[in-house]
Amino acid sequence: MLYNEPSPLEVKVLTRRFGLPNSQSLDTYLASDGYKAFRKAVEMGPEKVLEELKVSNLRGRGGAGFPTGMKWGFVPRNSPKPKYVVVNADEGEPGTCKDRLLMENDPHQLLEGMLIAGFVVDAHVGYIYVRGEYRYVIEILDRAIAEAYERGYLGKNILGTGFDFDVYTHTGAGSYECGEESALLESLEGKRGVPRIRPPFPAVAGLYQCPTVLNNVESFSAVPAIIRDGGAAFAALGTPKNGGTRLFCISGHVNKPGVYELPMGFNLLRMINEVAGGVRGGKKLKAVIPGGSSCPVLKAEECDISMDFDSLAKAKSMLGSGGVIVMDEDTCMVKAALRIMRFYQHESCGWCIPCREGTLWLRKLLARVHEGGGTQSDVPLIGELAKNMLGRTFCPLGDAAAMPTIAFVEKFREEFEAHLNGAPCPFESKPVSA
Amino acid sequence: MLTPEEQREIEQEAASYPERRAASIDALRIVQRRRGWVSDEALADVAELLGMSPAELESVATFYNLIFRKPVGRHVILICDSVSCWIMGYTKVRDHLKARLGINFGETTSDGRFTLLPIVCLGACDRAPVMMVDEDTHLDLTPARIDAILERYE
Amino acid sequence: MANVKLTIDGKTVEAPANTLLIEAARRAGIEIPAFCYYEGLALQAACRMCLVEVEKAPKLMTACTLPVAEGMVVRTNTPQVAQARKSMLEFVLTNHPLDCPVCDKGGECELQDMVFRYGAGESRFLEVKQHVDEREWSPVVFYDRPRCILCFRCVRICAEGMGVAALGVVNRGASSEIAPNRGDHLECDECGMCIDICPVGALTSGTYRYRTRPWEMQHVGTICTHCADGCKTTLGIRNNRIHRGNNRDRSGVNGEFLCIKGRYAGDFAHHEERLLTPLVRSQDGFKPVSWAEAIKTVAGRFAEIRQRGGKFGVIGSNHTTNEENYYLQKLARTGLGTNNIDHHRTGDVLSLLRARVPLATTADLYHSKAVLIVGVDLAQQHSFLAYQIRANWRHHQARVYTVRRGPVREDKIAARIVSVEPGGELAGVETLRDDLAKEPELVILFGDAIQGEAVARLTEFGSSLGIPVKYVCLVDYSNSRGAVEMGVLPAEGGMTLPEMMAAGDLDALWVVGANPLRRHALAGKPFLVVQDLFLTETAQAADVVLPAASAYEKSGTVTNVCGEVQRLQKAFETPGTKTDLEIFGLIAREMGLDLKQLGPWTPSAVFAEIARTVPGYDLPVEVLEAGGAVQAGPSDGLPDAVWAPVQSAGDTLFTSGTLGRYSKMLNAVREAPGELYRA
Repeated sequence: MLYNEPSPLEVKVLTRRFGLPNSQSLDTYLASDGYKAFRKAVEMGPEKVLEELKVSNLRGRGGAGFPTGMKWGFVPRNSPKPKYVVVNADEGEPGTCKDRLLMENDPHQLLEGMLIAGFVVDAHVGYIYVRGEYRYVIEILDRAIAEAYERGYLGKNILGTGFDFDVYTHTGAGSYECGEESALLESLEGKRGVPRIRPPFPAVAGLYQCPTVLNNVESFSAVPAIIRDGGAAFAALGTPKNGGTRLFCISGHVNKPGVYELPMGFNLLRMINEVAGGVRGGKKLKAVIPGGSSCPVLKAEECDISMDFDSLAKAKSMLGSGGVIVMDEDTCMVKAALRIMRFYQHESCGWCIPCREGTLWLRKLLARVHEGGGTQSDVPLIGELAKNMLGRTFCPLGDAAAMPTIAFVEKFREEFEAHLNGAPCPFESKPVSA
Repeated sequence: MLTPEEQREIEQEAASYPERRAASIDALRIVQRRRGWVSDEALADVAELLGMSPAELESVATFYNLIFRKPVGRHVILICDSVSCWIMGYTKVRDHLKARLGINFGETTSDGRFTLLPIVCLGACDRAPVMMVDEDTHLDLTPARIDAILERYE
Repeated sequence: MANVKLTIDGKTVEAPANTLLIEAARRAGIEIPAFCYYEGLALQAACRMCLVEVEKAPKLMTACTLPVAEGMVVRTNTPQVAQARKSMLEFVLTNHPLDCPVCDKGGECELQDMVFRYGAGESRFLEVKQHVDEREWSPVVFYDRPRCILCFRCVRICAEGMGVAALGVVNRGASSEIAPNRGDHLECDECGMCIDICPVGALTSGTYRYRTRPWEMQHVGTICTHCADGCKTTLGIRNNRIHRGNNRDRSGVNGEFLCIKGRYAGDFAHHEERLLTPLVRSQDGFKPVSWAEAIKTVAGRFAEIRQRGGKFGVIGSNHTTNEENYYLQKLARTGLGTNNIDHHRTGDVLSLLRARVPLATTADLYHSKAVLIVGVDLAQQHSFLAYQIRANWRHHQARVYTVRRGPVREDKIAARIVSVEPGGELAGVETLRDDLAKEPELVILFGDAIQGEAVARLTEFGSSLGIPVKYVCLVDYSNSRGAVEMGVLPAEGGMTLPEMMAAGDLDALWVVGANPLRRHALAGKPFLVVQDLFLTETAQAADVVLPAASAYEKSGTVTNVCGEVQRLQKAFETPGTKTDLEIFGLIAREMGLDLKQLGPWTPSAVFAEIARTVPGYDLPVEVLEAGGAVQAGPSDGLPDAVWAPVQSAGDTLFTSGTLGRYSKMLNAVREAPGELYRA
C-alpha cells in the first residue's frame, strides 16, 4: 500500500527505509544496517541491551506508554518455563494506522526487534498477533519470515551466535479487545479474547502462563535503531522521559493526512498546520483527538501543546497510540461522541457489567440525544454514566469509552444542549464537508 | 468433511503452537476463505480436528467480527463506520452502497453477489473512508470509486 | 500460613496472608457484596460489585481478587464505595426485565436483595431493553437471557465443580449469553447445580418453574433417599407435595452439592401408581382393604405359622431407616423366631468392617492428599463422592488414582490411570504400589469388584504401604450401609436372600422395601407379604401388599456409604400410607407379641436401643437432631453374620432402582436413563 508523501519535518528513524525500492526485502534491509543491531546485542549481552533500552526512554507505543526497558526487565530470566516474545499487531484504535505501515514497509526491522527481545530474555519462540483485517500484512510478514529462515536470520544457531529463535504469525479475527495484552494472549491461545485478571502481568505469567515479552509493533521496531545508535541518541531525539520519535497518524479534516515520524514532543498545532498541510478547505479547526479515539478531545485552543505522554496527561488527555484525528468547525461533537461510543460498545467483550451495560446505555442515550429526543437532564446523565464506568471496569476498554465521552460532554456542553427537545442536528443541515 | 487441503493448512497452523486449539481462529478462517462462511458442520469438523468440543469452538467463533456463522454472498463488503471514516464522509459512502446494492446492513443481494456489513476501524484512517471487500482494503472511497471497485467482484 | 493484620472500616482484622480481601472481610462480619465471586470457584472480577477503597490505590479495587497484606487499610463504607455499588446495580438493571412478580427467584433473589440494600430507588434508563426469548435446554434446565447478569457461576460450577463443562459463553458484549454444549440443548448430568447457583432467575428448573412462590413452601431438610452418599436435600413442600429439592443452606455433608436425584427425583413420591391402600389377594386378584383388615390378615397368618413352627423368610430394605431395619430384624428373630433375614447386598461392607481398618468420611475425600478409586465409575454411581474428590483435586491438588475397566470421568484428574480386565482390579492396584507408598496418606474407595477375600487382600495391601489409609466400601442405596450394621443379615444357620428365594419350603416371606423378584425367581408358594411404595414385580406376586411411606414421609436415621449417620425429617404425608416402622409395630401388636420386649415403635425409642446395643452407634443424639452427621464406629465386625456375595445394581446418574423407575424427571431427560452419558 502506498505510503503518503513524507514531510520535510519528519525525523526518519523507524521509517527510514519507507519508500526505498523493495523495502520489504531482506536485501534492502541488510543494505541499510539490517541485523547489525542483533549482532551488536549479542556482543553486548542482555544486561547492557536492557541498559541501553532504559537509557533510550522508549515508552510503549501501544498507548499506555510504559517504559519498554523496564517491562523487559520484569521477565524472570531464570524461570524454568519456556519464555515467549509476542508482538501486539492488533492495531485497532480508531485513528491509528501506523503498525500496518511498519509491517508492510519494513518487516525485517520488526523481526530484528523480536530477535533482540528473545535474546535478552532467553526466549526462543515469537508470535506476531496480527489483526484479522490485515490479511495482506500477514502475507508480507510470512514472506519476510521465510526469507529470514532461508538466510539464517531465524531458526537454529542464528548467524553462528548459538541463539535459536522461531517466529510465527497469528491472525486475529476482528476484535478490538484483543489489543489489550492479556486478551491478546487468550486469543493467541485460541480462546475468546476476554482479558485476564491482572496481576500477574505477562512478563511473569503470559502466554501459556509462561514469562512473555509483549509489546506493540512500533516499540519492537524502535529497538534495532536504539541498539545500533545507542539509547542516548534515541532519547535525545525526544523530550526528557519521552525518548525518540514516534509515528503520528493524522486523519480527518487536513489537507495531507498521513503517517509521519516526528520527534516526541512535536507541537500539535505545527503538526496539523505544517506537517499535515492545515485544515482542509480553509475551515476553522474545532477539535482534535490527539492519540486515538479513547483520548479526551482537545478544543482548538488547547492544541498548542507538546505531543508527549506527560504534556498530554497534564492537559487531561493522552498521547495514546498516536492517532491524531482532526475535526473542523462543521463537525458535530454529539455525533463524534456517538460514533466513538458505538465503536466501544460494539467491541466490548461483555465480561464486566459496567462496560457491557454502560457502553450500550450510553450508545442508546447518545443516539437519542443526537436525534433530538433528549431533554435537559440527559446531558449531565451522559457524563455521569461515563464517570460511573471510569476506573471501575475489568480492563481499560471501559475507560477508553468513558474518557472521550466525559471530555465531549464537558467541553462541548452547549452543542449537546442544542440537540435537545426535538431540535434537528445543527450540523446535518449543512453540506457534508467530504 | 474438511477437504484434504483444508486439513493440511489447519495442521500446518496447529504445528506452530504448544496446544492445537491455538489454531482455532486460523482454522475457522481457512475454512471460511474457501466456503464463505462457517456452517455448523464445518465448525464441528474443525473442532474435532483441533481436539475441542463444537461448543468450545462456537464460543470462540462467535466472539470475533470476521467469523461468519451464517451464509453470506460471494463477496462480503465491510465498510468502516468508526470516527475517522465518519468524519471523512462515511455516511455518503454508506448510503451510496446501500442504494446501489439495494440492501441494508446484514443483507445479501438477491443474486447472491454481495453481503453488506459494517465494520469497526480498519486501520487506514489516513485514507478514509475505507472499506474491505473480501480480504482487499479499498481506500479514499467516493461514490464513483465504489462503482468501479464493485465491478471487480463478480 | 502466617497471619497478617489489616484494617477494614477501622476494625483491625487478622487473616492468613493471601486470603482474598472479600473473604477476610466476611469472616470479620463485614459484607462486601458480589455476584460473580463464589467461594471455591475460579475468580472472575466481572460483576464489579465488590469495589472498595484501599489506601494508596489510585482507584477502587475488587475485593474478590485482592489478597490481604500487612498494614492494608480498606474502606467499604464510604460514599464513593456506596456510589460505585449503586451504579453497578443501575447498569445491571438496564437490560434486566424486572419481571420479579412472575420470576421463580422472586423472594430469594440475590439481585433483588442487592438492589434493596445497595441500589437506587428509581430508574434513569429510558431506552429500549434488549429482549431474547426464553429457551428450554432440557426438561430440567431453562434459560432466560434477559434475566441473566453474566456472573458465570453456572459455567464454573459445571466445569470446575462437576467436571462436565456443558455450559459456555457465546457472542460478545451485550449480546453475550450462556450457551449449552449441544447447540440448542444440554447433554450433561442434569444435576441442576447451575440452577441453584444462579443468583437470579436466569436458570430455572422444569420441575419448579411457575409452580409456587418460595415463601409459600415449607422447607424441610432431610436426606436424599436415592444413592448411598447421604446428601442433605431441603425439600420445598406445599400441599403435601415436593416442589423442589436443593441445599442452598449448605447444611449436611454435601454442602451445596446435589445431583438430579436429590434435586428433582423426589417426584416418585407423587407418582399416580403410588400404593395408597392395602391390598389382599382374593380369587379375582387384589382387593383393596382397610389397614385394620390387612394387618389382621398378615398377623393372623404369621401367628399361625409361628405357632406350628413354620418357616419364615424376611427380606429387608436398602432404603428403610436404621430404626426400621433394627426393629425388623429384632421382630424377625424374637417375634417370628427366624434367622432367615437378609437384604440385597450391593457392596461388601461386612468384609470391610471385619478388616477393622479406619473408614473414611465424606470430608476425608475432600481433604486426603491422595485418593485411589478401584473398580467403579464414581461420577456415574456416586456423584457426590466424585464431586468431593474433584474439589479436593482443584483446591488441594490431591493426587487421584483410578483402577478401572473403561474410561471414567475421574481419569481427567488422575495422576495415574490403570486399565484392567474384570477381576484384574487387585493386580491393577498392585502396580501402583510405588506411587502410593510415596503419598503421605490415602483413601481407597472400592466397589463390588472387590469382595470377600479380595477385601482382605486390599486392606493388607493398604496396611503394607506404611502410610495412613482409610477405606470406603461403595454400596448402592441410601441405607445399604445401615442395613448391614443393623443386622439385616442372617446369623450362622440362617438363609441368605438367594437361599430364601430358592428354598421352596418357606411358609411365609416378608419383603420390606425390596424387589427380589426382579433378580431372583421365587421357588415354592410362601405366604408373601410385601411393604412397598409401588406394585413392584414382587408386590404383584404378594398375598398382602402394604402401602409404605417413603423416606421423605418419615423420621429416623440412615447411614451413608461412609458410615455417617444422619437424620431424616418427615417432610409431608401421603394419606393411606404408613411408615414401615409403624407397620411392624401394628403387626407385632396384632400377633400378640411381647411388646415390652420389642420396645415402642417410635424412631427415637428405637434409636435409643440401637445406641445401647449396636457397637459404634452410641452417637450424640443432639448432633443428629440438629441435622449433623456423625460417623458410626468402630464396629464389632458383626461376628455372627453370614457372608454372602454382593452385587451392585449398577445404577447410573439417571436410574435409581425402583424409585428411579417411578421418577418422571429421571425418565424425561434425554440422557437416556440406563445409558452412561460420559462427560
